[in-house]
Amino acid sequence: MISIKNLHASIDGKEILKGLNLEVKAGEVHAIMGPNGAGKSTLASVLAGREEYEITAGEVIFDGVDLLEMSTEDRAREGLFLAFQYPIEIPGVSNINFLRTAMNEIRAYKKEDPISAKEFMALVKEKSALVELDAKLASRSVNEGFSGGEKKRNEIFQMAMLEPKLAILDETDSGLDIDALRIVANGVNKLKTPNNASIVITHYQRLLDYIVPDFVHVLYNGRIVKSGPKELALELEEKGYDWIKAEFAE
Amino acid sequence: MKEQAVIEQSFAHSIDWKLDGDFVLNEALRANALTYLSENAFPTTRTEAWKYTRVTKIKNNSLHIASAAPIAELAPIDAAAISLVFVNGHFDATRSASDFPAGMKVIPLSQMDEAERNVLGEIDAQKTDLFSAINTAYATDGVYIHVSARVQIAPTIAITHITTGDHVLVNLRHIIHLEKFAELNMIQQNTTDSGENAFSNIINQVYVGENARLTIDKLQNESEHAFHHATEFINQQKDSVFTINTITLNGGWVRNNLNCFVNGVNCETNLNGAYVLTGNQHVDNHTVVDHMVAHCNSNELYKGVIDGKATAVFNGKVFVRKDAQKINAFQSNGNVLMSLDASVNSKPELEIYADDVKCSHGSTTGQLDEEAVFYLRARGLSEASARQLMVGAFINDVFEKIENEHVVAWIHDEISKRFNWSFE
Repeated sequence: MISIKNLHASIDGKEILKGLNLEVKAGEVHAIMGPNGAGKSTLASVLAGREEYEITAGEVIFDGVDLLEMSTEDRAREGLFLAFQYPIEIPGVSNINFLRTAMNEIRAYKKEDPISAKEFMALVKEKSALVELDAKLASRSVNEGFSGGEKKRNEIFQMAMLEPKLAILDETDSGLDIDALRIVANGVNKLKTPNNASIVITHYQRLLDYIVPDFVHVLYNGRIVKSGPKELALELEEKGYDWIKAEFAE
Repeated sequence: MKEQAVIEQSFAHSIDWKLDGDFVLNEALRANALTYLSENAFPTTRTEAWKYTRVTKIKNNSLHIASAAPIAELAPIDAAAISLVFVNGHFDATRSASDFPAGMKVIPLSQMDEAERNVLGEIDAQKTDLFSAINTAYATDGVYIHVSARVQIAPTIAITHITTGDHVLVNLRHIIHLEKFAELNMIQQNTTDSGENAFSNIINQVYVGENARLTIDKLQNESEHAFHHATEFINQQKDSVFTINTITLNGGWVRNNLNCFVNGVNCETNLNGAYVLTGNQHVDNHTVVDHMVAHCNSNELYKGVIDGKATAVFNGKVFVRKDAQKINAFQSNGNVLMSLDASVNSKPELEIYADDVKCSHGSTTGQLDEEAVFYLRARGLSEASARQLMVGAFINDVFEKIENEHVVAWIHDEISKRFNWSFE
C-alpha cells in the first residue's frame, strides 16, 4: 500500500524527519506513537503534501506511484486521506457541497461519471449515520461552530464518503471524551476492509483499545526506533517514553 | 439633436465644457450648475472624499454628447419585467415598454411637457457636488416614475443604460417617487454595447413615502474602458423600507455615491454591495446613511473580491443626529485580495450625536485562508476549485440578500462568464 524509505524532511531549515522507514500493506492498521516533538504530525503533513516541508531525501511509493511527486489533491484522488488533528473551519462553504465537488473531482480524475444528486444524498445519509453525525451538521458550513467531537466525527464522515485506500488519522483521539472516542473508533473499524489500510497517529494508548492495530511503531527524533505488536502500546502507556528517550538519545 | 460638441483638450483642465445638446432640466437649475462648474475644478486626491480615486482620466477624456445609435440585442435579466432602455443617454422608445400597470406613471423626461418637467430635478444646494452639477447641466434624459398611494407594482421595472461609441458622455436623471404605502422593485443595469472611454453620470432622485417600500438592484457591468459615476439621493419618510443592492462586476472606473436621508421614524434602510474585480478596474463605493430621527434601523453589508491590479475603495458613513435615539445601525465591509497587486482602501465611519443607539461597524481585508485551501485540496479539490468555493462562499453573503431570483441567476451567469466560477 505505502512504502516509506529513508524519508528526510525539514521545515525552515530544521530537520524533523531523519530517515524514516515504514511499510504498510493492504488490510493493516498501523499505530504510530511517540512523545511530543518526535515528528508524528510532520509525517502526516508530509504525506498529505503540505508545501512548507522540504523533502531532502527518501522516497514514498503509494500503491505503485511516487507520492512525493504529486500535488496534495492528486494524492487525495489516488486514495490518500488525512484526518486533520485540527480540522479547519471554513465559513460559508457547505460541508455537503464541498464533499460533492471533491467526490466529482476525484471521479473525473479516475475518468468516472459524476455522482448523481440522489446517489450522493443516499450516501450522505448512510455515512453520517455511521459516525452519528446529525444530518443538519453535515449540511452546515465546514466545521463552523462544531464542537471538538463533532469536528473529529466530521473528519471520519468525510473519510467514509471518500472511501480512501489509505487513511492517516492524526491524533484523532486527542480532546475526545470517551463516548466521542468510541463513535469515532467504531466508524473507523466499520470502514476497514481487506483492501484499505490505516495509519493511526496517537499520543495515547487509549484509542488503541478501540482501534486495534496490527503493528505499533514508536517514532522518536524523526525515526521509527521501535516496532512491535499491539502489546507495545500497553508497554508505552505503562512506562512512558523516558526509556525510549534514554535508549535512543543522540 | 444639435451639433455634437467635443471638449477641446485645452478646456479639459476646467469644467467649463459649454457642451451643445438638448438638455432636459430647467434653465434656472442649469444656469446655476453651469456657474458652479465654471467656478470649480475636478477634485484631486487632496479632497478627502476623493483621496483614493483619481478623476484625471475623466478630466482628460475628450467627451461628447452623442445621439442614440444602433446596438446589439440585449437579453433581459427578468423577462417579465417592464423594460425602459436608454441608449447613449436617450430614451429608446422602440426597446421600451409603453403600457404600465394602473396606479403608476412612467414618462421619459424628454417626452414631458416643459412646464411639467420644469418642476423636477432640483437637488438640495448643500448636496451639490461637481458630478451632480455636471448632471444638472447636461442631463439629456431620464425617467420620471410615480407610484400612487397604496399601489403595489407587481412586475419589476428594469431600466437599462447602454452606451455605444467612443468618448460618449451620458448624463441621466431619474426621478422616482413612491407615495404612501406604494411598493416597487427595480433593476438598474449599466452596460456597454461597444466603444471605449464612455463616461456615464447617472443620478437617481428617490422619494420613498410613508410606509412605502422600494428595492433597487443596481447592476454594473460595463466595459473595462468605461467610466461610471452614480449618485443616489434617497429621501425616506416614516415607516418606509428602502433597499439597494449594488453589484459591480465590470467597468474600468466606477464611483457610487449613495446618500440616504432617513427623515421619518421607524424606517429600514438596507445597503448591500458586492464588487468582483480584476484587471485594472477601480471601484469606489461611498455611502452615507443619515439618521435624522429616532427608531430606525440601517444595515449595510459590502463585500469585495479583488484580483489582478484592481483597486477598491469603500467609505461608509453613518450619521445619527442629535435626539435620534434607538437607532440600530450596522455596517460591515469585507475584502479578499486575490493577488499581490490588488488593493483596497476601506474606511467605515460613524458620527453619533445621540446617546441611546446601537451602532457597529467593521472592516476586514485579507487573503484567503491558506490552511482552508490546503484542507479542501487534501479532500481532492483542485486548488482553483478550492479558492473558487471559498471566494464564492464569501461573496455569496451579499448575493443572498437579493430577492429577485432572476437577478441572482444573472449575477451567477456573468461571474461564470467573466471569472469562470460557478456557484452551487
